[in-house]
Amino acid sequence: MKVKVIVTLKNGVLDPQGKAIQQTLNGMSFQNVSEVRQGKYFDIEVNESDESKAKSQVEEMCKKLLANLVIEDYKIL
Amino acid sequence: MKSSVIIFPGSNCDRDMDVALKKFGFKNQMVWHNDTDIPKSDLIVLPGGFSYGDYLRCGSIAGKSRIIKSVIDFANSGGLVLGICNGFQILTETGLLPGILQQNKYLNFICKNIFVKIKNKENKYFKNIKKEVLELHIAHNEGNYFCSRDELKLIEDNGQIAVTYCDQEGNDNEANNPNGALKNIAGIFNKEKNILGMMPHPERMIDPFLSGEDGSLFFENLIGSL
Repeated sequence: MKVKVIVTLKNGVLDPQGKAIQQTLNGMSFQNVSEVRQGKYFDIEVNESDESKAKSQVEEMCKKLLANLVIEDYKIL
Repeated sequence: MKSSVIIFPGSNCDRDMDVALKKFGFKNQMVWHNDTDIPKSDLIVLPGGFSYGDYLRCGSIAGKSRIIKSVIDFANSGGLVLGICNGFQILTETGLLPGILQQNKYLNFICKNIFVKIKNKENKYFKNIKKEVLELHIAHNEGNYFCSRDELKLIEDNGQIAVTYCDQEGNDNEANNPNGALKNIAGIFNKEKNILGMMPHPERMIDPFLSGEDGSLFFENLIGSL
């Protein structure tokens, strides 16, 4: 089954790329954009039919590799 | 004294490091990332570069490579492990050093000479260096050191800050911070001070005709203290 993961920066962690995107949007006449936070998205195909087993494996993957928990949070969709 | 430099796909300062180590008397050997054993060494170096193309996060894939278990075992048994630039990023990704190197504050790749202030000399890396300020070179896109407030207190209390960015006189304030690093941190130790990670490249400062010689002071001290 396919498991989707979103990794984002924790609240309060500086996101210079998000800031640059926001400023660009503002410059493109989207003046009402006050903040952009960017992150990563993963589509993971796990050869496992049991949803809860697959998700718990993906949780391990997030903790060990996909996210760096010093600055990032992950969400399994 | 024997040293080993680990080569990852995408390392590009491995040969400069080899030249520097040999110039100051180390018997250096190169070790491929896909090996599992490291030959007997007094020092292991993780060199600069772009291991695995900086995929996912800088140093994250190298931090899971086959050779890393031996590096971690060597470090945990008290062996000296030095990570320069990408090597520093790998050390934080393996958890051997706290914190992480984020993208530079102003999103630019910085390549220039800088000054660093030595903050702690009670360790083998800086023990007998007479100078307080060294001129070294940085070349990175992700050198913006960050850690949690609790972690910062711990590394400050344990004297784990090795070097900070400063001006020629040693003022390590915000005006002399090239990349937004927390507290101007350019390099840190682990608690026991046998592991050092730093963004500046001492191996690029070993020739008075090409660059400068403050890197020579670093390597001379290192081989002298082993």
